[in-house]
Amino acid sequence: MTQSELPVLTKKDFESDQDVRWCPGCGDYSILAQTQKTMPTFGVAKEKIVFISGIGCSGRLPYYMNTYGFHTIHGRAATIATGLKAARPDLMVWVITGDGDALSIGGNHLIHAMRRNVDMKMIMFNNRIYGLTKGQASPTSPIGKKTKSTPLGTIETPIIPLNLVAAAEASFIARSVDTHSEHLQEMMQRAGEHSGAAFLEVLQNCNIFNDGAWRDFTDKSVKEDRMLVLKHGEPMIFGAEKNKGIRLNGLRPEVVTIGENGVSVADLWVHDETDPDATRTQILSRMWWPDFPVPVGVFRRVPRPTHDQLLVEQIDGAKAARAAKGPVDLQKLLASGETWTVE
Amino acid sequence: MTTPDSGAQHGTVTELDRVTIRFAGDSGDGMQLTGSQFTATTALFGNDVSTLPDYPAEIRAPAGSLPGVSGFQISFSSGDIHTPGDRPDVLVAMNPAALKVNLGDLVPGGAIIVNTDAFNDINLRKAGFTEDPLKNQSLQGYNLYEIPMSTMVAGACEGLGLSSKQVELTKNFFALGVMFWLYERSMAGTEKWIAEKFAGKDAIAEANRRALHAGYAFGETTEIFHTHYRVAAAHLPPGTYRNITGNEATALGFVMASKLAERDLFLASYPITPASDILHQLSSYKHLGIKTVQSEDEIAAIGAAVGAAYGGAMGMTTTSGPGMALKAEMLGLAVMVELPLVVVDVQRAGPSTGMPTKTEQGDLLMSMFGRNSDSPIPVIAPATPAECFTMAIEAWRIALHHMTPVVFLSDAFLATGAEPWSIPNVADLPSIKVENAPASDKPGFRPYQRDPETLARPWAVPGTPGLEHRIGGLEKLDELGTVSYDPDNHHRMNLLRAEKVARVARDIPPTEIYGEATGDLLILGWGSTYGSIRSAVERLQSRGKRVSHAHLRYLNPLPTDLEAMLKNFKHVLMPELNAGQLRMLIRAKYLVDAVGFNLVRGKPFQIGEIEAKAESILGESVEAAK
Repeated sequence: MTQSELPVLTKKDFESDQDVRWCPGCGDYSILAQTQKTMPTFGVAKEKIVFISGIGCSGRLPYYMNTYGFHTIHGRAATIATGLKAARPDLMVWVITGDGDALSIGGNHLIHAMRRNVDMKMIMFNNRIYGLTKGQASPTSPIGKKTKSTPLGTIETPIIPLNLVAAAEASFIARSVDTHSEHLQEMMQRAGEHSGAAFLEVLQNCNIFNDGAWRDFTDKSVKEDRMLVLKHGEPMIFGAEKNKGIRLNGLRPEVVTIGENGVSVADLWVHDETDPDATRTQILSRMWWPDFPVPVGVFRRVPRPTHDQLLVEQIDGAKAARAAKGPVDLQKLLASGETWTVE
Repeated sequence: MTTPDSGAQHGTVTELDRVTIRFAGDSGDGMQLTGSQFTATTALFGNDVSTLPDYPAEIRAPAGSLPGVSGFQISFSSGDIHTPGDRPDVLVAMNPAALKVNLGDLVPGGAIIVNTDAFNDINLRKAGFTEDPLKNQSLQGYNLYEIPMSTMVAGACEGLGLSSKQVELTKNFFALGVMFWLYERSMAGTEKWIAEKFAGKDAIAEANRRALHAGYAFGETTEIFHTHYRVAAAHLPPGTYRNITGNEATALGFVMASKLAERDLFLASYPITPASDILHQLSSYKHLGIKTVQSEDEIAAIGAAVGAAYGGAMGMTTTSGPGMALKAEMLGLAVMVELPLVVVDVQRAGPSTGMPTKTEQGDLLMSMFGRNSDSPIPVIAPATPAECFTMAIEAWRIALHHMTPVVFLSDAFLATGAEPWSIPNVADLPSIKVENAPASDKPGFRPYQRDPETLARPWAVPGTPGLEHRIGGLEKLDELGTVSYDPDNHHRMNLLRAEKVARVARDIPPTEIYGEATGDLLILGWGSTYGSIRSAVERLQSRGKRVSHAHLRYLNPLPTDLEAMLKNFKHVLMPELNAGQLRMLIRAKYLVDAVGFNLVRGKPFQIGEIEAKAESILGESVEAAK
């Protein structure tokens, strides 16, 4: 089916008849709205889109999308998506997950889905807390974080999700913020357009159990100075005055001010999403407030054959090789090896 | 060159009905290969055969050590046989450790063929012998044949330019050659195998060929064997046969199921002994369109299978006990979302890692109940290696027609054991096809609206216009399938899930009984104990005992004709290679005082053991009647 034959869909077409049941003020509402707004832009028939989720507050999202949806079990959404996409390459598969679901119980599946380049678009809601179980530390909770399960503060170093997926060979890596709706829509769109495993981290606020987890740099009043919006092929400039930038000194990033100490725009690190070497992706992923502005945008986007493509290619190749020897005869297959006949 | 067909044999020929041979040696000695070559040739000759490979989990335990002993038992006969034999008549021991480990099983007066070159001080010490058993009187009750096999192959392979280590590796073919002579087998099949296996490695191929012939010639020309043996071809029912292991038959059954269902087969699996061979075999069928994924772990494997099933493919996974334990939560999801799925558990001795290469029937209750809450799943079990083929198709027939996950319980003995298989005619196999839910232009699709007969829900696969819906692990509102916390709805859905599986009983063949429908004793079994039980019952019946045998292939739901059958016998005996798992179910369901016979030694029952147990029950019964 070509795009022109499809009826023009709108956000409304992607809203299911279910009442949304997240806490009032939850960042998930915005993510859902951006998801529903983005879907019509792909020109994909609604029945060809599948949302798969694990367990956690994020896991409820498929119920609110008027597409095919599968709310699975804790941490395993990526495994189900792997099988679905392998069996059905024609479908557009989205995986909705959270920091606990993807990085803790589902950590193994995350890295393998990425290295296999399963053609799934994974949106990970990162609120640095376990919300659905009412407030325990998550693998992204900062060290020292006091929660119900860590009354004296966590003693565990948090995972940097984008650093992890870069190490796992993810072919598309991006970050956005729940409340930055236009940017979030753009990131979803770009994730959706990517062929292969796309990982989009959304910094999401849990206003009940971890309110303001990202406020220090995402708040409207400070975000210009404390966040860096990555743009492919452009120098890394940030700040309300657009006068600050990132310079790469060997493998060490530095914050510099344009026009001071002889620094010019030409000295700045120019962002290249398509860099085949993930080293710089990892450097970017480790940049964090207050030492650095927190980068958002597409960190990495590299072409690589997808798992389902390679699987189908192998099958087609094997079929062609076999066809050259004549048609497949299952009777002969059953009788492979030595046989004998009893009269 | 003299061949078995030339008729130039020395000595006398003794006719035998049945022979059981055990090949035993170091894990590196190629005993599995030797055994399977002897099996292939013997099957091709027309004997009925049954085999029992027995190898350590360690790939190469220290050479010469007791844990490193690998064995392969084959029983072959001119009549119908069901087991690889209780005790070998002949033991081929390639080193002292092999002799030590296996001697206790040999029948009194049995033959021992040893490689004397391996009986040196080091190997004797490793095997724990304080003195050489070939030189003291300890083997007096047996027929001992001492052959310096290493020396013989060294001589045979002279001039090939191979290292002494390479030459030494051919001694298993020497032993095979001796056995071929002893039992009048042709070397042609093995020669062909050598040529194919070592194609392009001419010297290695020639060395193995020479070793084989040297062994054969040794049997023929030396005077140490006074007789050789003839086991006539068996009278199997007409048909074309091949030799097949349970794992091979399972893999082929799934290929056929896919063909009969006209639906793509998808296997995701994590390597685990003794199930991996099914993954290997199906992975080699890319040309048949079969998709396989080696997953990152057991959970991912069943997850991918569920995902494929959701997408409309025949999603399945293969594992053994430890993997089965890991799959429990995902199986529960499959129960909740009511998708067809087949999970193969090739059982092995447990708990935990247990004895990975040894057989057991310990996963029945885990398959039945090993999930949170009430979570019913059909469970089926093949009884013989060849039957794995038909039961694999059965697993899919039930899964597809009843929209349910199905557990297929094989075990290590079935998986690696082999028997002749009468190859079915593909054109005769019935279709197991089901349709997807059709596209709709009306709103309000109901994903849990059930078929009134089977209670199966529609298979509404993504990509179908108008059926967009959401499913998941949360409880579903009856018919509509939306999330529901309604107490009465949850109760109703639990009953529906149970009833759906219970109704599978309407869709299975009647239980066969071997022997009279009434009597003193019914021996009830399941899975790989079939051969031992059937042989024991044949012997008991031939002595006029009123004993019958029923063997269950369908363990959940149990067949509806079983209760009446059980109540037609004074006693019910249930041999199981576990602590009594099926017996617990049978006693609970039918209030029948079934007696257990339970051994977990990692190996099949011996016929004699079951026979003795049956006799003791019948004897007590006679005593009590007095």
